[in-house]
Amino acid sequence: MPLSTELSPAAIALNRFGLGATPAPLPGDPRQWLTAQFDRFETTPPAFAALPDARAMLTAYQEQQRELRKQAPPPAPGSPMPPGKTPEQKLARRDFGQDVRALYGQAVQARTQSALTTPAPFVERMVHFWSNHFCVSADDIPVTAFAGAFERDAIRPHVLGRFEDMVLAVERHPAMLMYLNQNQSIGPNSPAALRAQQRGGNPRKQGLNENLAREIMELHTLGVRSGYTQADVTEFARAMTGWTIGGPNDDAPGDFAFHPQQHEPGTRMVLGKAYAQQGMDQARAVMADFAHAPATATHVATKLARHFAGDNPPPPMVTRLANVFQTTRGDLPSLYKALIESPEAWQPQPLKAKTPWEWTVSALRALGRNEPGALQMAAIQQQLGQPVWKPGSPAGWDDTAASWIAPDALMRRVEFAQRLVAPLASQIDARRLAPQVLPGALTPAAQEQIAHAETPASALALMLVSPDFLRR
Amino acid sequence: MLHRRHFLSFAGIGAGTLLVAPHMALAAVETERRFVFIIQRGAADGLNIVVPYADPAYASLRGALAIDPAAAIRLDGTFALHPALKETAGMFAQKQAMFVHAVASPYRDRSHFDGQNVLETGGTQAYQVKDGWLNRLVTMLPKARDTAIAIAPTVPAALRGPMQVTSYAPSGLPTPSDDLMLRVGQLYAQDSQLHPAWAAALDARQLADGSGAKQDPASLGRLTASFLTKPHGPRIAMLETGGWDTHSGQEGRLANQLKALDSLLAALRDGLGPVWNQTTVLVATEFGRTAAANGTGGTDHGTGSVAWVLGGAVKGGRVIADWPGLANNQLYENRDLRPTAALDALIAGLAAESLGLDPDRVARRLFPLAGSPRPLTGLVGALPGVA
Repeated sequence: MPLSTELSPAAIALNRFGLGATPAPLPGDPRQWLTAQFDRFETTPPAFAALPDARAMLTAYQEQQRELRKQAPPPAPGSPMPPGKTPEQKLARRDFGQDVRALYGQAVQARTQSALTTPAPFVERMVHFWSNHFCVSADDIPVTAFAGAFERDAIRPHVLGRFEDMVLAVERHPAMLMYLNQNQSIGPNSPAALRAQQRGGNPRKQGLNENLAREIMELHTLGVRSGYTQADVTEFARAMTGWTIGGPNDDAPGDFAFHPQQHEPGTRMVLGKAYAQQGMDQARAVMADFAHAPATATHVATKLARHFAGDNPPPPMVTRLANVFQTTRGDLPSLYKALIESPEAWQPQPLKAKTPWEWTVSALRALGRNEPGALQMAAIQQQLGQPVWKPGSPAGWDDTAASWIAPDALMRRVEFAQRLVAPLASQIDARRLAPQVLPGALTPAAQEQIAHAETPASALALMLVSPDFLRR
Repeated sequence: MLHRRHFLSFAGIGAGTLLVAPHMALAAVETERRFVFIIQRGAADGLNIVVPYADPAYASLRGALAIDPAAAIRLDGTFALHPALKETAGMFAQKQAMFVHAVASPYRDRSHFDGQNVLETGGTQAYQVKDGWLNRLVTMLPKARDTAIAIAPTVPAALRGPMQVTSYAPSGLPTPSDDLMLRVGQLYAQDSQLHPAWAAALDARQLADGSGAKQDPASLGRLTASFLTKPHGPRIAMLETGGWDTHSGQEGRLANQLKALDSLLAALRDGLGPVWNQTTVLVATEFGRTAAANGTGGTDHGTGSVAWVLGGAVKGGRVIADWPGLANNQLYENRDLRPTAALDALIAGLAAESLGLDPDRVARRLFPLAGSPRPLTGLVGALPGVA
């Protein structure tokens, strides 16, 4: 038996760049197999296309709530009925919550389906990467409704396009506008705010919310500690006022809308540059400059290198990727090609610990599943510690081993592996499958434990939780 | 009336869903004292938790978000507690809780992730220090027989470091077969990363045996207590709470968060029983929120906030504050509560007094880059069994 513990280029292409080997034959030329995927990627797979329209659901619900408010009896004197608390309103809210949770579950299944059957697993991995980079977190009902649509409509169409276009699509998406409160931000000197003040309204009720502006700079583009100040954040937040979600009187209710009457008038100074544009173009111009800034190139290059070449990304690789990002003005396929050409990403030792999502998808692929079927992926990822589209913070999930190789997380994978293989153990021989999905990457120790396991199920579960399979 | 530059401490007047990630991390050490650190991730709004109702600027800055002093629970002539914190107020009345206001870590920018990193590592800048101050604290205590243990899918930054710390969270999946468990153990035996994690997971399972598997705040409080009261169990615990980033809809959200934290603390106290007298709990956040309400019924990222100290032996019933004031010229950068107390100094003094260690040594070990802050002392009374 060859004592090979060096990962083969095929194993690296399939498991580190792709989403995990399947029982299918290995690719002949690993690098060519990766670049050829650019032409095979399916922007909107059928399962994603079939998702119910979150926008229609939300606007219908809001319409219903408006109607119910009108019908609600006036509060009895002395005991004010809080808004939205009539039995009908409560019932409508509960139904809506259920519909949204069902939609979320269906969207997670669509994502899984796509990960299992995609003809372009490397590009699909990049979708997951960008979806995490520009993440929303489905912590409330409206964002939960849009989480799947966000990945489908803001990330997938641009994964082989330009970074700038992805930024723009992301920041205009209702999921993002709601998640980081941009839809409520109003210029303090905008016509809308001034009118409200004249009417004697509370000036504090109509004002700036800098949440999205800050996270665009800190997380989406320039990166934290890249030299901007609080004043830059506030100025950019002013430029972004008016970017919101359309209401019932807009052309596209529930979709991106620019409301000029909420926009803060005047020229903005961001990072020492004056932006005299008026209206929507002002924030757009700032964002375009952010998207092409050297700090953004370094920020993106660092995260990409970390995702493929290890938790401590090699500085020469970061520099190379950042240069490609700069010279091609954020052309993503050029960036991916530079990644594929980076020797640091082809080191024959495992460089990364798989996240729960990566591990589950690679396990299903290794077992030859081509659909999630009855497996509820949303619940499984919750149990494994990485609920899909719910990182809980706009920074997204961490991409280092320290975050994922933890005692409880490990135990959870062993528990889940046993459950996953139970119905398959009579059909799959782990001794034959293991070298196939871990080509050249299976250590003799793992081979031996698999060969001597008490039951076929134990053998198969062991394959999935072996150190070789937990890493890529 | 409050005077700046005077260290004030006010005597007390006597009397939902927290989105708590089910995250808890514990470390076992040979001591009978317990120390629990609860982190509030997302920048908790100190000004609406311990409300400076006597500050003339408070009501106008907060507008509709201001907590009504009549509804809040009065702590002294200056501060009142958010009305959702009924159990905490009871502890305050029994002198088992106190607050340190206008407090901040050395971090002065407004990124959650950098702010949390500074709070957890004890550096002066983000990512300057690799391991967490709570892990360094564990190294200062005599090592227990069993390795350290944790309750969380992953180990939070404050507990990462050279001391082995484990994690545990209630599981809804069936237990693996003995054969599988055995072979997994053999498979990981030579792996420097997986082996310690696996060994720690086995310890945690054993300790948690029989504990409930629910993830609501009160159950988490009870689960923490059950770990801390095991004869050879962990003595240091960390719990992570999230959901404090109230940019909008703050009124209801903060009330729910506080209600949940309140019931977690009460369950922890009740579960600890007599051990509560040997336990200190610190609640802290990465930074505070803007003094003024924003335009969307919430508050934005700020600077100074409030830290909570609870426990059977703490010298509670007071709010410690060198109150900077909320007038515009008193605010930090004209927008945030100006920090006048160092969280580092609080942590060093509190941890030392709670665990019977030398405060200056603890300060040097936990915060070596902060110029070893002068620890805040006089926070914990003599513990049973301590000379």
